[in-house]
Amino acid sequence: MVAAAAAMAADEAERARGRRAALSFATIAVVLGLPLWWKTTETYRAALPYAAIDGLGQQPVQLVVPMAVVFGPGSVPGDLPRPLPFRDVQKMEISVNRERPPLRTSITSRYEMRYRSTTAQEEAALAAATAREADAALYLLQDTTLGSLTMYVVPETSSLLPQGINAYVGKHRSALVRAGGSLAALQARLREVTQVMSFTASSIAAVLSDRVPDGQLSFDARRNLKSSLGYEITFSLLNPDPKSHTVDWDIEGAVNRFVKPVLDKLSLVANFSVDSQILYYAVLGVTPRYDKESSSFLLSAHSLPHVINPVEARLGSSAASLYPVLNFLLYVPERSHSPLYIQDKDGALVSTNAFHSPRWGGIMVYNVEAPASPQASLPLHVDVDMARVMEVFLAQLRLLFGLSWEEVPPEFLLESPGNEGLADWELDHLLWAHTVENIATVSTTLTSLAQLLDKIGNIVIKDDVASEVYRAVASVQSAVTELSLGHLLAAFQASKEAVTSSERAFFDPSLLHLLYFPDDQKFAIYIPLFLPMAVPILLSLAKIVRETRLRKKEPTKMD
Amino acid sequence: MLADDMACNPRNPKPATVFSHKNMELNVYGDDVEVDYRSYEVTVENFLRVLTGRIPPSTPRSKRLLSDDRSNILIYMTGHGGNGFLKFQDSEEITNVELADAFEQMWQKRRYNELLFIIDTCQGASMYERFYSPNIMALASSQVGEDSLSHQPDLEIGVHLMDRYTFYVLEFLEEIHPASQTNMNDLFQVCPKSLCVSTPGHRTDLFQRDPQNVLITDFFGSVRKVEITAGALALDRDVAALESKFPEEELATEPLKYAEQLPVAQIIHQKPKQKDWHPPGGFILGLWALIIMVFFKTYGIKHMKHVF
Repeated sequence: MVAAAAAMAADEAERARGRRAALSFATIAVVLGLPLWWKTTETYRAALPYAAIDGLGQQPVQLVVPMAVVFGPGSVPGDLPRPLPFRDVQKMEISVNRERPPLRTSITSRYEMRYRSTTAQEEAALAAATAREADAALYLLQDTTLGSLTMYVVPETSSLLPQGINAYVGKHRSALVRAGGSLAALQARLREVTQVMSFTASSIAAVLSDRVPDGQLSFDARRNLKSSLGYEITFSLLNPDPKSHTVDWDIEGAVNRFVKPVLDKLSLVANFSVDSQILYYAVLGVTPRYDKESSSFLLSAHSLPHVINPVEARLGSSAASLYPVLNFLLYVPERSHSPLYIQDKDGALVSTNAFHSPRWGGIMVYNVEAPASPQASLPLHVDVDMARVMEVFLAQLRLLFGLSWEEVPPEFLLESPGNEGLADWELDHLLWAHTVENIATVSTTLTSLAQLLDKIGNIVIKDDVASEVYRAVASVQSAVTELSLGHLLAAFQASKEAVTSSERAFFDPSLLHLLYFPDDQKFAIYIPLFLPMAVPILLSLAKIVRETRLRKKEPTKMD
Repeated sequence: MLADDMACNPRNPKPATVFSHKNMELNVYGDDVEVDYRSYEVTVENFLRVLTGRIPPSTPRSKRLLSDDRSNILIYMTGHGGNGFLKFQDSEEITNVELADAFEQMWQKRRYNELLFIIDTCQGASMYERFYSPNIMALASSQVGEDSLSHQPDLEIGVHLMDRYTFYVLEFLEEIHPASQTNMNDLFQVCPKSLCVSTPGHRTDLFQRDPQNVLITDFFGSVRKVEITAGALALDRDVAALESKFPEEELATEPLKYAEQLPVAQIIHQKPKQKDWHPPGGFILGLWALIIMVFFKTYGIKHMKHVF
């Protein structure tokens, strides 16, 4: 009896040990194994500031323009609200379509105006003979921080400005404005001057145009060069007929004399690199029409769009740089197609004989004079007049950047910027536009990066990507702060850093999502690994559960 | 992106040519074909990298898609495919979900203005079913459940030269010149079921403009928007070369010399190097540990005293 009881006890102990073993296996598998498997198969995702990125899209942007309005002697209107000097602030909302995301932010412009009267030195400067001399003298006396404006008010009857001209816009950051009788008329004129010299609502809306739904903006608004850290400029000479023309162009000298001053002025905006090349036997893809009356060849306006593509394949560009390339082509027509003129839509000849394509560059046709005697020996030697060529190319460069004087009211006189190519206030135009564009680009880039990483769960986020994102967020916030304080240059530089960081983060090569695995493939991978291990555990657990249920019933049965 | 194993294949009787028809009229592998990715570089990963722009910084310009928000992009894909996938190089596949996600990432970064997607594979319509980004127009050579068939074989080479849909689209496009006003609706009519055996399909619901108003030359032929330059700047011609505001500093550098590339004398007269003594590594230790363990297991631990 004892042996049987002992055997049963041993049996019972054995089974108990078995139950404990099975339970411990199951516990270890669930408590240790499952979390370990989950942790080791998850993709490494560094933390990103999602809340800050969300806040970027909704942050209102304020563009602050510090302005000084200086009243010359005899020009103070009678109905000033307060005696001089005093300050005033004018706000204007720039309306951009905010209904569709991601453009949820609002952009307002704030003109902080300081009204004061002239100092003795300024009065002496305003007593100059012409507006240009007055402006040059006043330049030495004024505040020249980027983004600021100074407006000098002269009496309505002053002879400083020519007849019929209400405002003279200098090539720095100042303007001379006629008083206009009442404060309201003066303020209307000042507003017009500000629209010319600083930014307009449409120019700001234009740089945000790629975020605005299609059809809201006119086509013109979207043709300027996008803000970039640098641009490459390539000058090419196309000589399709080397047998007839040997063309010599002193491009290096021309670049040093004419192009470098303009690029030096633009160096605040971006880095520029210039190269040049000569292409032989490069023809335009279009055959010009012969016009009997003028005995010349004509290229009509509607054939111009087809000119660029055949040439472009041969232009080439630096393989290493990723900056946008601006191509300026000088085409010397073949002897059999000389002289070649470009016709505009109305059939008139274009005076510059040149055309340009937005975001690409420009082409100019340079006609060689026919030789005096028809027996002149070929090839003819041609020395290109680089000054004439550069005048056209630099005009095209300005147009590509969006600096044009089309919208200036007729009663304004603008001083020509001369060899510098652009006035200081035009530089400010570019800085305002590029800063706003950079800020908008960064907030949409970061927002879409956050959405993308949220949506596609198996993209790895490395630490350096996360640090670039943090840096971009900090730079954008600093750019917006600087804008609201009126520091345009600091805001522009912060926005450039923000764009660099955010582009680096968004286009990091490691962010390619691990290729898509449909669910049935995932099961196919895991089942052969886990099923053999899970079956004994589950079966023994089931057995334990059954036994405990039986044992619970037994006492009631045995009573 | 071409696998590019056909034109210079040893079996090609006319090397460096690929004709569309056995009458050898049109060489589609002509002088102006530029192949940026060929043979082993054509992978799903490279394709997605080119589209999304997530390319290693060392990639040259010609291998990047340098498009911006005003670029129209044409994507044409052909090969073997099935319901929701396309085969790359007989070894991997791209699924319609990945393609749709790639297009969405392009849209987020405004890397295209409008996109035309043409696909010629079996069940091609499944590839554009999942697109959800705006401004995409898609054409496919066959519906889900249908096969796309080849055109005619060239018995000299022994293979079919071109697929039917591609052949008829090529015939249609050969008649388009840069000034043509043909619109997309005409492209949708190319290759009806009678010629193509499969039913071509298209998808325009994501496209904002009406296909009637979309010119073929918006995507083919690279026709640019052009403006006349109205006025020139007035430059002062007598200016001398300007001293740049940022003069480049001329540093005096000493002339550079090449270092000795190979120390020949040392190599020839080398003595064998004295090797430092290292303690035995893991494998040896493990092996000895195993041997000792087996020994003591067999004979018992009391034999340890014979060792020490």
